[in-house]
Amino acid sequence: MEQIIDILSGLCIAAGIVALITGSLGLVRLPDLFSRTHAVGMMDTAGVGFIILGLIIHEGFTLISVKLALVGIFLFFTSPIATHAVAQVAYRAGLKPILDEDRTVGRVRAMPAAPKAKAARKEPKKTAKAASRKADKTAGKKAAVKKAPGKKAPGKKAPGKKAGGKR
Amino acid sequence: MFAVGLAACAVALVLALVRAMRGPTAFDRLLAVNAIGTTVILGIALHGYVLGRPEFVDISILYAIINFIGTFAVLKLFDTGGLGDSGGRAKPDLPSGEDGQ
Repeated sequence: MEQIIDILSGLCIAAGIVALITGSLGLVRLPDLFSRTHAVGMMDTAGVGFIILGLIIHEGFTLISVKLALVGIFLFFTSPIATHAVAQVAYRAGLKPILDEDRTVGRVRAMPAAPKAKAARKEPKKTAKAASRKADKTAGKKAAVKKAPGKKAPGKKAPGKKAGGKR
Repeated sequence: MFAVGLAACAVALVLALVRAMRGPTAFDRLLAVNAIGTTVILGIALHGYVLGRPEFVDISILYAIINFIGTFAVLKLFDTGGLGDSGGRAKPDLPSGEDGQ
């Protein structure tokens, strides 16, 4: 019985670890605020839920496990509310999500170097459109930074490589 | 397993800290700080089990409440430009009860 409880709690904590690491990796790697909210939501529900559940299973039925359940329930309800509020305020402040055509440009940029010439010939209109979209998204220093590499078409490889090197 | 979970919390905290440093907008940083708060809550609970003193869960409850309230306070500061009743500037086009919480 003791071993069964240990195994169950270990499995729950392992699942929580997987969710936590995946969510934090997504927080670093995803391209946009509105997609990063998904990663944070995964950390806040699956990670917290599984780890707290593993601790409760390990603890048994005591006052500590009641407090753990309190933490779990509180986080399970309030963290998605906070994430949703962040996304709502960001959208109202003028931050636009990355849409379909931007994603196409991103896929071409992520391709290996061989079909670069064809892609570069095909793409500059879309890139210019994406750059203008990004420019009116945030009228600030970010727009200036993003627009500069997008202007010349063969240099489209460069921002991807730079971003990859920065990670 | 608790020590492994504590190490995973540390890794997740460092990754969220990277996003908090790099994030292009302030909202990215706020999201990352919220995630850091969540991992700190989990880390406190797991740390109590690693040390054999599970009473640390009380501190985790406190951190959960502070994390929620702090996120909403900073959001209200970003949204309305102030923390008072109506904020710094009045926004009459908002539906009521949306930015107060």
